[in-house]
Parts: sequence; structure tokens; C-alpha cells
Amino acid sequence: MNAPIATPATSNSPRNLAARRSQAQHTSMFLRMLVRAAVLRRGRATSALFALVVAAAVATAMLNLFVDVQAKLQREFRNYGANIILVGRDGASLPADTLARVESTLGGRGLVAPFAMIVARTDDGQAIVVVGTDFNRVRQLDRWWSVNNWPASPKQSLIGVRARPIVSPKDQPFDLTFEGHAIHVAPAGTVQTGAAEDSRIYLSLSDFVAWTGVQPSTIEVAANGSAGDINAIMNQLAQAVPAADVRPVRQIMEGEARVLGKTRSTLLAAAVLIILTAALCVLSTLMGWVFDRRRDFAIMKALGASERFLNGFFAAEAAALGATGAVLGFIVGIGVAAWIGRANFHAPVVPRFSVLPIVVAVSMAVTLLSAIIPISLLRRVQPAVILRGE
Amino acid sequence: MFVRLVYESFRRQKRRKFLAGAAITLGVTVATAMIAVATDIGDKINRELRAIGANLLVTPQEDSLDLEIGGVNLKPPTDGAFLDEADLPKIKGTFWHNNVTGFAPMLPVNAKLEHDAQQQDVTLLGTYFAKQLAFGKEGFTTGVRTTHPWWKVSGAWPDDNSHDVLVGEKLASRIGEKSGDQITLSGRQFHVSGVLSTGAAEDDQIVAPLAVAQEILGKPGAVRRVYVSALTKPEDALARRDPKSLSGPMYDRWYCSPYPQSIAYQLQEAIPHSHAEQIRQVAQNEGAVLTRIEGLIFLITLAALFASALAVSAAMATAIFERRAEVGLMKALGASKLAVASVFFTEATLLAIIGGLAGFAAGGLLARQIGRSIFDSQIAIPPVLLPVVLVVAVLVTFAGSAAAIRRAVQLDPVFALRGEL
Repeated sequence: MNAPIATPATSNSPRNLAARRSQAQHTSMFLRMLVRAAVLRRGRATSALFALVVAAAVATAMLNLFVDVQAKLQREFRNYGANIILVGRDGASLPADTLARVESTLGGRGLVAPFAMIVARTDDGQAIVVVGTDFNRVRQLDRWWSVNNWPASPKQSLIGVRARPIVSPKDQPFDLTFEGHAIHVAPAGTVQTGAAEDSRIYLSLSDFVAWTGVQPSTIEVAANGSAGDINAIMNQLAQAVPAADVRPVRQIMEGEARVLGKTRSTLLAAAVLIILTAALCVLSTLMGWVFDRRRDFAIMKALGASERFLNGFFAAEAAALGATGAVLGFIVGIGVAAWIGRANFHAPVVPRFSVLPIVVAVSMAVTLLSAIIPISLLRRVQPAVILRGE
Repeated sequence: MFVRLVYESFRRQKRRKFLAGAAITLGVTVATAMIAVATDIGDKINRELRAIGANLLVTPQEDSLDLEIGGVNLKPPTDGAFLDEADLPKIKGTFWHNNVTGFAPMLPVNAKLEHDAQQQDVTLLGTYFAKQLAFGKEGFTTGVRTTHPWWKVSGAWPDDNSHDVLVGEKLASRIGEKSGDQITLSGRQFHVSGVLSTGAAEDDQIVAPLAVAQEILGKPGAVRRVYVSALTKPEDALARRDPKSLSGPMYDRWYCSPYPQSIAYQLQEAIPHSHAEQIRQVAQNEGAVLTRIEGLIFLITLAALFASALAVSAAMATAIFERRAEVGLMKALGASKLAVASVFFTEATLLAIIGGLAGFAAGGLLARQIGRSIFDSQIAIPPVLLPVVLVVAVLVTFAGSAAAIRRAVQLDPVFALRGEL
């Protein structure tokens, strides 16, 4: 055999090396070989580990995002407003405790706003739809309403942009009459939505009920969650409020389901492509690394190592590398996913530890594969041929 | 000699060249497919978002206030102003006509439904279902089937030129009608072609072709409002400015961007005596959803590009590392470092170009497949992408090879030839 000419990594002085080896006497030969192989060829081991960490990080980030993106986008879709509407049967008013019952059924899983409507007349006989509602709730539920000033005190109203020139062209207070009862209200601001709201007048529910005696007939609910959750909420609401017709706002639900489905499919396709590329990158790097060590392999074989020992050695090495890389990559990947969540959705992506076992298992499988392929190729070759450098 | 070295290297080391080339091809495939998907995703999701319904509403300019509670129209049917049906095809003559995916005129009228010898008031809504229209030489089909995709009919959709009607499902169960029956409305017989389910006010109404509603109202050509579904761009600061206050070039930019506001402005120009406005619930939110999804796919595309660059670099580094004995031989025979490096770089460039071309083609196919299976439509690959992808592939291959080539060149030929490192 050739004299052990110093390889770039063995720049330690022989005495140092000897001292360390004497300390490590009790560790088994197997473990020592594993550790020294990684330490001595630091450069190659690091590059293999680096590839593995990057691949595991990318995989973790993609899996995390894939799981989380649905919840994130569902929240985005809640800005479209109500997805469930409760209407009194045949236009009748709902019982006075309905709002409280709906709220307790929801238990914080969404937003609720009541609406009561009548047709009133202005001083000059113009018929107009007047709605009583809870401004604080509407403000959260219907975020698309463009309002210049929300009413804050009693007897203030919000006027639709199309109704304003008719009822209060100079922002002056005005009277409304309903079944002989009159109310004097001041305009606080205007609301613009581009839909029916533009030709209505909005009052606070307490003013409205005191004036007309009409209770809300419609309750809009923006429930959070997946399609299944929302169906369950609808069933619960139907049981809690038997006097109401509970129906989904189909355009919102169907639009949401379509967009979410397509986005998730795109994400899945991207995740598969990226993970596949990353795995192939690891495979080629690791195979190069193991192939490079064919001389170690040949020496071990020449010194009488059994086939089982050799397989076990390289497999253990690969598994250790795979596990280390996966754990490091998982940590990096969680960070990447959290950053993407913050940058794009302004909310962090919650780390999913359920992803960890998958990432570890897949990395170990890939590393084992990339160790086994070169070894099974080398096994057929005589050690002497390898050691001669052919 | 140089050319022969490169040529022979490709001819004799087919397996190694194939492996490195495959890595480059794969990397470029993933990169191309992801870039194509990312550039097109905005348009695709925009089209999906149209499922939520029209985002623009055109009403007569001098209209009286709407009087509608719970889907029941309380406004006297002849009250207020109307749009002219004949003006509607002009919507397809506006600057952004390609962004208008569809429109549906609506004319609610009151009708008397005769049922069990009793009369009851119902709202009859006249509209287009899938009407054939033409603007100039261009023919197109539009109506509620495009603008209101959540409307479901059990039975058949009526033909726009027929006298068939749809009955809302709640009304149908109340009066016991089903598709195929005859109903009498304001003294006229109509054939019910199907039962309509929308989850909203139309469930209590009768929906008929526009001409039927005009006939009952006695106003040919009258339309109360038009719902327009258009692909728009998320609103930004420019979009919210008043077009009248903008200077010439800014106005042109505003006019030529598909903001909801500028499309509404052009609809107003196209249809006489009309007022067009965005339906804020739809228009405002789709901008937000679109921005989020585009942002997400953009970030993921970056991750894909990074992963494929890494894969290409790793493959190149491994391929060159395996050939250090060859480098030793060349150097022992007196080749300069520059000569050795240029052989490797030329090979890398050739590989990158071949792999890049193959990868671009494969990526295009992959993107098409993704488009077809997820969005049921083509994802177009912009041809500009080819030179960009090739340049990037060459650069990444260079970068991946550089470190390995440097190490190989600096190696003492003696060690290299003995196979030690």
C-alpha cells in the first residue's frame, strides 16, 4: 500500500491525532470510523450535508405552506362578507333573542350582523328603504363599504350615495315617516358600495326599533373555516333558530371553493416539482461522495470487512447524515415558511411538527438510496482494481 | 486540438455527459414550468374569481332610487329610467373588451301569476341566458350562464329567443310547478323549461328571456341594469384618483390600465345615459385575494429556481470532480491552467445549451399539462423566456462548475494521476 500521504484534511499533527485516538479507545471501531470519515473529509461531507439541509428546508417550507395556505386564504375570503344568511320565514321578523342565540352557537367562529328593513317616506313623499343595523358589527363584516364617517351618536344616519342628493343634499337633518311615526335624524356620512346599499339609509338598530317597532328580519353571518366547518355551523344555526331560513351565500362559497382548490393544486404541483428536484440534487451529491470513497471501501474490504459490515457502515453513515440534515433543514424550513407567511399574508405560518417525521423519513430514504446505488456497483469490483486507481 | 478534446470527451464519456445533461434538463424544466405558471397564475385565478359574480354594474344615469327588500321589488315598474338594449353590444367595443368575460342585462317586472284560480303578484326577471350577439364582425355569447355561474337549473335552460321561463325553486315548491308544466302569467301561457336555484332572491322569482319581460312591461328594448363581469387589475394609488384631475400622460396610463374604475369609466362612455360603477364587495376583495395568491406563487417560484440552480451546480461539481485524473494527465502533458479550464467551460456551455433547450421544451409541456389539468385552459409560454432561460442555465452551470474546476486545476498532477486527493 502507498504511504499515507497527507490528504488536505489531515493537517493535524500526528501527536495530536494519537492523543485523541487514545482517549477515544472505548468507543467502538464502527462508531470511530463513522465519525472520522465525516471529520477527515470535511469539505465533501459538508457539501453533502448542505445539499441535504437545503432540500429538507425547501420540502418543510412547501409542506408547511401547503397545509397552512388554505386557512390563510379562507381568512382572506372572509373579507367578502357573509357566507351564511338567516332570514325570517316569509319575511317575518326574527325573535328578539335570535342575535344572542346565533352568537352563542358560533362561539367566536365568525362575525354576525343583524339587519331590519322597512320602506319609509321623506318629507316630500319620496319612498326610501331604511335599514336598522349595528354599525360596529357591519364595519367588521362588510369591509368593502366605503364610508367617509361612521355614525357615533344616536339619531345619526349613514346615507347611501345615491340617496343623499334626494334626502339631504346640503347635509341638513331630515325627517322620515313610517306608519304615522316620524323620526328626525342627522346625516353622519355617506356609504358607497356600488350595490343596493347606495340607495338606502342606515340607522342604528336601537333608534330603528324605538321608531318603527320592527325587529331584524335578516342576520348575516361570516363563518370561518373549511366548507365542512361551514356546513356544520349552518346545521347548528338551523337547530338553534327554528324560526329562520338558514341558507348559504352560494356565490361566495362556490367562488371560494374554486379559487382555493385551484391554488392548492398549483401549490401541490409546485411542491412535488421542487421536492423532486431537491431530492435529485441530494442524490447526485451523495452518490458522488460515496463513489469518491471507493478507496476506503476497497481498503476495508481488503482488510477483511464482511459484506454485511460494509453495507451497515455505509447505511449507518447515510442514515446519520439524513437525520442530521433533515432536522437542520426542518428548522430552516420553518423559518422560511414563517417568513413567506409574514411577507405575503402578514401573519406567521404556524410550524407543523407533524411534517417533521415525513421530512426525516424521506431524507433518510433518499440518503440510503444514494449510498446503496454506488455500493452495489462497487461490490462487484475487486478491491485491488479500485486501489490501483482504475 | 481543442475542438477534438471537447468532441472526444462528449463521444467517449456518454454516461457522464448524459447524467450532467439530465440534471441541467431537469433543472431547466422545473424552472421554465414554474416561471410559466407564475406569470399566468394571475390571469387564471382572476378568471376563477369571476365565479363570485359580476364586478361592475351599469345603471341609467337619471335613475330613481331602488326600492327592494328581501328581493321583492317595490318600485313601480315603469318608474325611473331605462337603458336601451340596442346599446349593449357596444360593451364589446370598448378598449378593454377582451377583459370583459360577459355581461347580463336585467329587467325586473311585476307579473300576475294565475294559480288555482287565484292571482298572486310575482317578480319576473328578464335577462340573457346565453345570448348570441354581434359587435361589428365579432360574434360572442353572453348572459347569466357566464356572469352568474352559481345559478343551477334542474331541467333545461330556456332559449333566449323562446317564450320558455325558469321558476325559482321556492316559488316552484309553493305552487307545485315543475319543469315541463305550463304557467299563466298576466294572461299569457308560458312553458316552464326548468327550476332555478340560486340561494338568493331569484328563488322566489320567475326568470325569463329579456324579450318576454319587455313584452309584459310594454317597453321594447328596455333594460333596468347590466351586470358586467370583467378581468381587472388590483387597485393601486393611481386607480383611486379622479380621472378629471389627472394630467395627459397620467390619464392615458389610468385609462389604459384595467382597473375596475377605468373599465367602469369606459362602459359609461360606451353606453349613452348610463352610470357604471364597481360592485365594491366583489371588485375590492378580488384585488386582495389575487395579490396574495400571486405573491405566494412568486415566492414559491423563487424557491423552485433556487432548488434547480442548486441541483445543476451539484451535478456539475460531481461530474468535474470525477475527472480529476484527466486534468492531471492534461497538466502533466504541459497544458496550462487556462487551457484546461477553457476545455471544461466549453463543455459546460455546450451541456447547458443542450440541456437548456431540452428543458425549455419539457418545461413548456409540463406547464401546459399543469394548465390543462388544474385550470382547464392553456398556459402560454412567452417566447422571450427561451433566451432568458438559456442565459440563466449557462450562468448557473458556470457557477456550479467554477469551484470544482478551480480545485481540479490547482491539483498537483502527481496526486491526481495516482487517484488521491
